[in-house]
Amino acid sequence: MSTAAPAKRASTSAMIASIADADQRTQTAPFGTALAALAETDQRVVGLTADLGKYTDMHIFAKQHPERFFQMGMSEQLLFGASAGMAETGLVPFASTYSVFAARRAYDFICLDIAEPNLNVNVVGGLPGLTTGYGPSHQATEDMAIFRGMPNLTIVDPCDALDIEQSVPQLAAHEGPTYLRLLRGKVPLVLDEYDYSFELGKAKVLRGGADVVLISSGLMTMRALQAAEALAAHKVDVAVVHSPTIKPFDSETVLRELDTPRLAVTLENHTVVGGLFSAVAEAAARKGVAKRIVPIGLPDEFLDAGALPTLHERYGISKDRIVQTVLAELG
Amino acid sequence: MTITQTGARVAGKDGRSRDERIRAVEEAAYRARHHALDMGEVQGQGYVGQALGAADMLSAVYTDQLRYDAADPHWDDRDRFLLSTGHYAIGFYAAIAEAGIVPVEELLTYAGDDSRLPMSGMASYTPGMEISGGSLGHGLTVAVGMALGLRLQGRGEQRVINFLSDGELDEGSTWEAAMGAAHHRLGNLTALVDMNALQADGPTADVLRIEPVEEKWRAFGWKAIRVDGNDAGALLDAFDELEAGRAADGQPQVIICDTKVGRGVPLLEDREKAHFMRIEEQEWQICRDQLTAGKEDAR
Repeated sequence: MSTAAPAKRASTSAMIASIADADQRTQTAPFGTALAALAETDQRVVGLTADLGKYTDMHIFAKQHPERFFQMGMSEQLLFGASAGMAETGLVPFASTYSVFAARRAYDFICLDIAEPNLNVNVVGGLPGLTTGYGPSHQATEDMAIFRGMPNLTIVDPCDALDIEQSVPQLAAHEGPTYLRLLRGKVPLVLDEYDYSFELGKAKVLRGGADVVLISSGLMTMRALQAAEALAAHKVDVAVVHSPTIKPFDSETVLRELDTPRLAVTLENHTVVGGLFSAVAEAAARKGVAKRIVPIGLPDEFLDAGALPTLHERYGISKDRIVQTVLAELG
Repeated sequence: MTITQTGARVAGKDGRSRDERIRAVEEAAYRARHHALDMGEVQGQGYVGQALGAADMLSAVYTDQLRYDAADPHWDDRDRFLLSTGHYAIGFYAAIAEAGIVPVEELLTYAGDDSRLPMSGMASYTPGMEISGGSLGHGLTVAVGMALGLRLQGRGEQRVINFLSDGELDEGSTWEAAMGAAHHRLGNLTALVDMNALQADGPTADVLRIEPVEEKWRAFGWKAIRVDGNDAGALLDAFDELEAGRAADGQPQVIICDTKVGRGVPLLEDREKAHFMRIEEQEWQICRDQLTAGKEDAR
């Protein structure tokens, strides 16, 4: 036992940790706010959660539309089965939990009760990829790999608050089921500085560049944009293509950008197995685009617990590590 | 059974006596059992034992309880009947043929290629099939959502009836749904549990002990009644008792029905019980004759 106070150290990032950098512009709870706004004009919208309303920003909706909010308790199978039943009666449910529980625990219910009958149920998963320091129990590093095999399911991996806000009404308008990789709490606002709007099913070129093309989804688009700025200082001209819809994948836009002499890199907040890298490589192979693609993403392993900045650095998805990887690839 | 001005059939009492109602259910169940044997024979196999066992429950629902429109299976004002046990589809098809939802002649396409009547029930194939069951333990979770959704839209008088088996009581999701239904006070939800005491690997009591079943449902907040599920009178009395105390924002209700696999056909009732019953080619006519003889004896 020591008589002095212990030295402060970087601590495990809480489940509600923001992924925003200290100096970054943010918007609070864009999902809950957008859903509550949508419900003002669309009477079909209902919200459900499995004891994670506060942690998925569903509480904003619950507060504004208490009669249309349904607490299912820590029962993810019921959450998605009941969402299917509500959709069968003509409602448009948004059902939130953590991505790990949606993808791993409730897969059968999402697959057979929601996706097979192609119901308009919108699955909202918090803590996608490496956005919590809690370790494998909470880190959904393989959620997209799991969900990409599910027929009918549309998968969206938004970058920032703008993506989330604009996607919510489009997810509700889309007739079949969707899965949204939620960023919650204070969510960075990045894409408003670009000539960009979210369009379900579309990838967009955010910036052009002659030397390198970064193809990214989710929060890694924010990192890709930061890395592109940093690489400019090294006289490397970097393009960034943002593909927030992982399935169905916008092969046309992505392959048009991929099929050039530039160094091609994919960036995803997800294991390099079965996510964005796989989607790009599959699309390229189908079209006969023979091209080396460098995957930046999480390794095919169970990840450590700890502080998010430490872990993002460790696993190569921090801005600095992206810059290093690109420079090394360019030789 | 009445026909409304819109053409919808409303199963129900119509001022008939208890005996008349019972007779109507028994007649429908008898014909449904014959249909099940006919379907089974075409395939040479199938879940005939379950269909025979559950015929009285299914006939009570379609003859006496459910509000539906045979010509319009998606009629907005219908009650919902969910077949969580997808493999009981053979029994379900027999019941909906009796209800006029599919033609009786079509039953012989059961489980054939391109048939609307697949071996495991699926909503997209069959008129009047609300869900694709078969991955057991799903039906009650979906039923909870339907009951919530109907009530939210001011249609709480429409009932949701979920048919499940005793084997499905092994599934944790069934109990998630049971808890959720009671928490949300889904008085418009009724569960029918077919206690046929048999599951894939053997007798339910050996596979995973689930008794005491009534006490479990009551502990989860449900009103529970246990009856002989092969006794039409007992089934209708249970429905009537629950109806008297039913409110859209009240307790969910369950009728636990003890049934006999192969009921009505002594050859199958007495056979060593199997989840997927094999019946030899020459046995089908014996089964039919026994079923018919049993009916005549009852008269």
